[in-house]
Amino acid sequence: MSVMAKKVIGVTLAVAVVGVAIALYVADWATSFPPPVSSTVNPVSAGGGANLTIETVGAVGRKVSPANPDWVSYLVKSHGRWVHSTIYTVPANSVVHVTLYEFDSASGLRNQFFSQVQGTVGGTMTLDGKTVNAVNGEEAAHSFAIPELGVFVPLPGVSEAEEEKDFCEEAPCEPGQYHHRTITFSFRTGKKGHYRWQCFVPCGAGFLNGNGGPMQTLGYMDGFIDVV
Amino acid sequence: MSSESSVAPGLAPEEPNHWRRFLSIWVIASVIGTPLIVLLVGPLLGPSTGSEEAGGQHTIMTVLAAVATPVFMLVVLFIAYSLVYFRQEKGAALEGPAIRGNARVQAVWIVVTSLIVLGLAVYGTYELEDHYGHGSGSGPNPLTVPSGPKLPVQVIAQQWLFTYRYPTYGGVETTHLELPVDQEVEFNVTSLDVIHSFWAYKLGVKADANPGANNIAFVKPTKEESFEVRCAELCGIWHGAMVNPGKVVSATAFNTWIHEQQARLAPATKALPSYSKTYIPEPTRRAE
Repeated sequence: MSVMAKKVIGVTLAVAVVGVAIALYVADWATSFPPPVSSTVNPVSAGGGANLTIETVGAVGRKVSPANPDWVSYLVKSHGRWVHSTIYTVPANSVVHVTLYEFDSASGLRNQFFSQVQGTVGGTMTLDGKTVNAVNGEEAAHSFAIPELGVFVPLPGVSEAEEEKDFCEEAPCEPGQYHHRTITFSFRTGKKGHYRWQCFVPCGAGFLNGNGGPMQTLGYMDGFIDVV
Repeated sequence: MSSESSVAPGLAPEEPNHWRRFLSIWVIASVIGTPLIVLLVGPLLGPSTGSEEAGGQHTIMTVLAAVATPVFMLVVLFIAYSLVYFRQEKGAALEGPAIRGNARVQAVWIVVTSLIVLGLAVYGTYELEDHYGHGSGSGPNPLTVPSGPKLPVQVIAQQWLFTYRYPTYGGVETTHLELPVDQEVEFNVTSLDVIHSFWAYKLGVKADANPGANNIAFVKPTKEESFEVRCAELCGIWHGAMVNPGKVVSATAFNTWIHEQQARLAPATKALPSYSKTYIPEPTRRAE
């Protein structure tokens, strides 16, 4: 075999190996979704609807996310365990009752328009047991919004003093252990569909406009609501 | 390509007049093809007739297609003609005669293409300014502004949703865009974070949304219909989902709707900063 032929074969093989590696990486990235977590469906005798229990944390920690331990994140409760996922399955044409534990402190809304509770049953939510229809946007740590369904819920954070006192640095965070805000609200689902949801507080620390990192990665500050 | 008056050495004297023959074919094809393109393809070009601007854009697209058709025919027919008449015979291995310059062809080519390009530039510029930007973003100080009353609507882009603020209705902000029919609208487009682009295709409106800048676009909806607003600038993970519904309704329906929004969104309106052409949100602690 000539030197030229060997070179051609070598270059071809190298290009093929690099190409396959890139393809595998892209395929892995494109198919890496958090596991979907189903809401708990209530019996009709209990009023029907479905329950969804979620929490937001200021730092997800190494146990849950070794690659990005300092990112903010949502977690969802499934069968008594906190699961690192932002893909939730809820029933169609139902009322979904959401209980949310907020462990993070305020970042503030970029657009104060989202300080009003919108699209929930009654246009309200409860904040630590008190019914409200709006919050101070500067106190929002995160928000839970499903734009296609018109649902926008601001999530006030714990105070800085509380955060300094007992900041939950390692998710999952248990409400009994750390200061938190408890927020409840309900929203109606319509027809079956695949709806995206996101946080509207620029909470991606250290990224452009606070909207990078966890704000642009499925499994942290955005995800899908699968209405089935 | 040769003609009878300039038969290249080596070619048979009975060679036909290719110039005349090709020009005849091209003229006939263009005369038949251009109206067909205008009639059959024209209706598919550009936005619908949802606004004066959209209708104007549709006309411009049709004119461009009509002008481009003969040019397209010229190129395609020239290739086809050459393949048929100047094909090298099988087994022959001779190169064609060298052609070194043709002042007449070059002059005609330069003059005709210049006239087409300059003509379209003049036509485009005239149309753009005669129709107040024709639905495009014209910056904070448009060269021409439509006379008469205008409904100002601020388009606020953020990752990843458009919201709309109506300064003449108490500065209420909404997630849906609703407009009255036959009313001149002045869009003031801005962004709270990265660059987005406000694109209401059916209305023929497209304007970049830049942070810290106001980009004005005018539109006059002429048909009651639903439309879609999309972001036309890649802006992050949910760029593809940055879609809003919009609606053009009667003046009465618009009044009813906007007053409902004012009442429903009073808490949000109260929290909003005073109306401004641009907003520079306070840097958040986390983003610093």
